[in-house]
Amino acid sequence: MKLRRDVFQAIADPTRRAILLLVATQSMTAGAIASNFDTARPTVSKHLQILTACELLEQHQNGREVHYHINAKKMKEVADFIEPFRQMWDERFNKLEVLMKDYKKPSP
Amino acid sequence: MEQKTKVAAEEGTQEIIMTREFDLPLELLFKAYEEPDLFEQWMGTKVLKMENKKHGSYCFETSYNGEVVFRANGTIHEFIPNERITRTFEMENTPFPVQLEYLEFAKLTDSTSKLTMHMVFKSVEFRNNLLAMPFAQGLNGAHNRLQDLLSNQHHEEAK
Repeated sequence: MKLRRDVFQAIADPTRRAILLLVATQSMTAGAIASNFDTARPTVSKHLQILTACELLEQHQNGREVHYHINAKKMKEVADFIEPFRQMWDERFNKLEVLMKDYKKPSP
Repeated sequence: MEQKTKVAAEEGTQEIIMTREFDLPLELLFKAYEEPDLFEQWMGTKVLKMENKKHGSYCFETSYNGEVVFRANGTIHEFIPNERITRTFEMENTPFPVQLEYLEFAKLTDSTSKLTMHMVFKSVEFRNNLLAMPFAQGLNGAHNRLQDLLSNQHHEEAK
């Protein structure tokens, strides 16, 4: 239960949410992540530490560099991270359905 | 209530299989994909090019406040009306590599149809990253809406 609360605290912070958004598209080094923020680098490191500690982020060694990437499994556990993707497509398909129900063949 | 749009993304695989049943005859469902002006309306994007034939290509872009925020293109490998579209899909200016998409259109009854969209990614990680995008954007959505609201107010005051 403690961990669960920590995860929600982790994603309640706007900088940490921005970090999650950044690494959602590609894995990145701490330096590359920090370069996206005006915040001091040690502050960004602290955020990375928190996100890694609650397993929302994972680290992997890439040569001499450490890359951070989203832990999809954990995201799924905390918030069913597939659901927003499903909803995005569901909304598009709902629009398609409404649009085509009204569709009349253009008169020649 | 059963969900109309279903997403299957098995752990450790590099694919997404999405299915959706429509209260539409097969021909109307397919037409929504075939006609650029209809496609634009339900996808909320602008179609720059759409050559619906083997070896044809397509390109679309989405703007927000007059600025292009998203552009995607691809090549069509198979285009069989009311049956199948096989195409590549590439988001421009993103780290995502090109993905492969199989769209199968099937008739259920005279007035209902089903779409199966099978997307194949370069790696498990890219698949997961794509799935995570709307989630991550959702986290930021509330924040962005607030910013929009504030900057709009600012514009109003400046007038």
